Amino acid sequence: MDFDLSDEQKLIADNVARLMKDKYGFESRKAYGAAANGFSDELWRQYADLGLLGAPFAEEDGGYGGGAVEIMLTQEAFGRALALEPYFACVVLAGGALRHGATAQERAELIPEIASGALRLALAHAEPQSGWNIFDVKTTAKRDGDGYRLDGEKGLVINGDSAQKLIVLARVSGAQRDKDGLGLFLIDADAPGVTRHPYPTQDGRRAAEISFAGAKARALGEPGQAGPAMARVIEDAIAALAAEAVGAMAEAVEMTTEYLKTRKQFGVAIGSFQALQHRASDMVVALEQARSMMYLAAMSTSETDAATRARSISAAKAQIGRSAKFIGQQATQLHGGIAMTFEYKLGHLFKRLTMIDMSYGDADYHLARLGEGDSLFD
Amino acid sequence: MDLGFSAEEIAFRAEVRDFVAKNLPAAIHDKLAGGHHPSKDDIVTWTRILAAKGWGAPHWPVEWGGTGWDAIKLSIFTDEIQRGHAPESLAFGTSMVGPVIATFGTQAQKERFLPRILDLRDWWCQGFSEPGAGSDLAGLRTKAERDGDVWVINGQKTWTTLAQYADWIFVLARTDSSVKKQEGISFFLCDMKTPGVTVRPIQTIDGGHEVNEVFFDNVRIPAENLVGEVNKGWDYAKFLLSNERNGIARVGVSKARLAKIRRLASLGVYGDKPKMDDPVFRMKLAAAEVELKALEMTQMRVIAAGRTAPKGKPNPMSSVLKIKGSELQQTTTELLMDVVGPYALPYQPEQGDRWNEPSVGPDWASTIAPTYFNTRKVSIYGGSNEIQRSIIAKAILGL
Ligand SMILES: Cc1cc2nc3c(=O)[nH]c(=O)nc-3n(C[C@H](O)[C@H](O)[C@H](O)COP(=O)(O)OP(=O)(O)OC[C@H]3O[C@@H](n4cnc5c(N)ncnc54)[C@H](O)[C@@H]3O)c2cc1C
Repeated sequence: MDFDLSDEQKLIADNVARLMKDKYGFESRKAYGAAANGFSDELWRQYADLGLLGAPFAEEDGGYGGGAVEIMLTQEAFGRALALEPYFACVVLAGGALRHGATAQERAELIPEIASGALRLALAHAEPQSGWNIFDVKTTAKRDGDGYRLDGEKGLVINGDSAQKLIVLARVSGAQRDKDGLGLFLIDADAPGVTRHPYPTQDGRRAAEISFAGAKARALGEPGQAGPAMARVIEDAIAALAAEAVGAMAEAVEMTTEYLKTRKQFGVAIGSFQALQHRASDMVVALEQARSMMYLAAMSTSETDAATRARSISAAKAQIGRSAKFIGQQATQLHGGIAMTFEYKLGHLFKRLTMIDMSYGDADYHLARLGEGDSLFD
Repeated sequence: MDLGFSAEEIAFRAEVRDFVAKNLPAAIHDKLAGGHHPSKDDIVTWTRILAAKGWGAPHWPVEWGGTGWDAIKLSIFTDEIQRGHAPESLAFGTSMVGPVIATFGTQAQKERFLPRILDLRDWWCQGFSEPGAGSDLAGLRTKAERDGDVWVINGQKTWTTLAQYADWIFVLARTDSSVKKQEGISFFLCDMKTPGVTVRPIQTIDGGHEVNEVFFDNVRIPAENLVGEVNKGWDYAKFLLSNERNGIARVGVSKARLAKIRRLASLGVYGDKPKMDDPVFRMKLAAAEVELKALEMTQMRVIAAGRTAPKGKPNPMSSVLKIKGSELQQTTTELLMDVVGPYALPYQPEQGDRWNEPSVGPDWASTIAPTYFNTRKVSIYGGSNEIQRSIIAKAILGL
C-alpha cells in the first residue's frame, strides 16, 4: 500500500493550497459569490494557468495526463475554501461525460477548450422526477437531419445558468427508467428552444432548471449507448465530492478547535470542558474515516470490475454522508450562536456538507444499495 | 394510575382545536403549515384573536387576564396551538417578562405593562445574552449606573430575537462590580425608542433575519423602570428561565411536523414509489414517533409532579425535556430532508408577502433545507444541551 503522492501531484496540491490561501479568504469568497454568475472569472483563468482544468484528462485528448488523484487534491483544497468556480460542473461532470462517453475526435475537439478555460460546460442529466436515479430520463432526442431535437425538462443543473454549452442526457429509445437507450448531446446554452431558469442554491452556488423544446443538438458518442458511461461519470463525481467534503470537514474541525481554544466562558477557554474535548475528538474520528474513504473512492474510479467499483463508491459516499452530517452538526453546536450567522464561514461549510450528502444519493440511499449486495470484504 | 386524559380534558382539547380551526385566518395557517415564518402582523392578528377570547396569556394570574387552567390544560392548549399551525404567542412578553412583572413588579408596572402584553400592543424582546456572556450569562458586562432619578445603560446585547419589531426590551445589566457576579445584576425595562438604543440585524445561516445586536450608548431610563430590587436581577432571571419550561419540549411542533412528513412522504415525488414505501425511511419515522410519544408522557409526568412540588423550585427534569425535545425538533427536520431529497438544493428565500409564489421543485420544498439549518439553534439557545447535561449530572445524579 502506498498513500504517497508523486512530485507532480504534490506540486498541484501545493499550488492549489497556496492559491486558496492567497485568494480565497472568506471575505473574498463573499465578493466572488455576489457576481452574476456566482464565481470569479479571474480565478477560473488562474485555474487554467495552473493547469488544474486540464490535469485530469489524457494527454492524447489535450489534457495533462492526470486523473482521479489530481481531481481529489484539487477538490479537497476547494472544499476547505468553499471555492465557487464551476470546476466540479465543468471538469468533473461535463469533463467526465466527455472522457467516458465521447469519441476520441470529440474529446480532442472539446477538452483543450476546457483545459484553456475558454469553454465552460455543464452537464444536464437529472430531471424533476428522477431523484437519484440517473437512468430516469424522460427528455427525448429525436433524429433530425444530421443532428437531434431535444424535448423535455432538466433539473438541478449545477452552474447550468452560466455555462456556454450544455451536455444533455436524453433518451433515444426505451422506457423512462431503462438503462439502455440513452444518449449524450451537446448544445449551445442559448440555442433556440432552450430556456434556462437560473437560481442560487442553498450552498451559495448557482444552478438552473432547463427546458428544451425542439432544441437542435449534436450527438456525442454513440446515441443509445450512454448509460454505462453516465454510471461512471457519477462514480467519478462522487469521488470528487468525497474529496471536497473532506476538505470542508477538515476546515470545520480546524475552525472548531481554534474556537474551543479562544472562546472563553466561565472564565476559562471552553476547550477545557471535557464534554467538548470528547465531542471534538469524535469529530476527528469521523474526519479520518471519511478521509480514508475519499482515498478508496479515488482509487476505485479506475477499478475495472463494475460491481466492485460501484460498491466501493457507495461505501465511500455513505461514510462521507455520515461523517459530514456529524461534523457539520457538531461544529455548529460547539460554536454556539456564532455558528448560526450568515457572516461566519462555519455555517456555509455546514450547508455545503449537507448538500454534498444530498447529491447523488445520501448516506441511507447508498447503505440501502450496499445492503442489497455482497459484502465489502472478500 | 391513569394514563388517559379525563373526559373534561378531552373536551377541552376539542374546544381548543375547534377554536383554532374556526378562527385562525386561512392565510396564516397555510403560511405556517408550509414551514414559513409568521410576519409581525400575523402574530399580532392571532394574539388579538386569542386575547379577545380571553386566551392571550392563559397561564397568567386570573386578575391580570389569565385563565386559571391547571398545568395539564395549559399543556393541552400549547400543544393544540402548535399542532394547528397557529403562531405561538410572543414568549418574550407572555412567558418571560410578563410573569416577572406580575410577580416582582410594582402595582404601577403591572397596570402599565401587563394589559399591553396580553394583546400585543407592546412587542417585547429579551436583552440577556452578550458577545461575552452566552452560557455564562452571569458574566454579562452591560452596565447600569444611577444618575439622579435615571439609570444610564451602556453596553451591548446580542442574539436579540425579533428586536427589529420591539417596542420594549428587558435588560439584565451590572449594577455592582464589586460583588460575586450573580449578586450585582439588576433587571430593567427599556423603551426601544429611548435615545442611544441601536438595533443591528444579524442574518442567520438560512438567510433569515430573526436575531439582532442591540447597542446601548448612554441610554437613560427612568428609575421606575427597574424591576424589584437593585442587584436582585439574577433571581428574577432564574425565575424567568424556569417559566420558559411550559412547552420547552415543543411536543406540538414535532407532532405537527411528523404529520407533515407523513403527508409529504406519501406524495411520490421521485421515481415510481413514494418515500413512504422506503423501509429505511419508515423505520426512522417510527423511531422518531416512539421518542416523541415517550417525550409527551415524560412531559406529562413532569407536569403532574409539578402539581405537588414546592413552587418556584426548578425541576431538573425540565433538562430532560429540553434535550430530547430539541433533538426531536432536529430529527424531524432531518426526516423532511429525507423526503425532499435532491430538491433541497434551490435557495428560494422568503420574500415577505410573496411567500406563496411558484417555486423551483415541489411547491413545498423551499422551506425544508432552511428549516433544517435554522433548527440547529434549538440545542444552542434556552440553555445549550451541554449545559442541560451538566444540570442533569449535578442536580439529578449528584455528580
Ligand atoms: C437563534 C438564536 C436566538 C436567540 N435569541 C436570544 C434572545 O432573544 N435573547 C437572548 O438574550 N439570547 C438569545 N440567544 C442566545 C442564546 O441564549 C445563546 O446563544 C446561548 O446561551 C449560548 O451562548 P453562546 O452562543 O455564547 O455559546 P457559548 O456559551 O460560547 O457556547 C459555545 C459552546 O460551548 C458549550 N459550553 C459552554 N459552557 C459550557 C460548559 N460549562 N460545559 C460544557 N459545554 C459548555 C456550549 O454548549 C456550546 O456548545 C439566541 C441564540 C440563538 C442562536
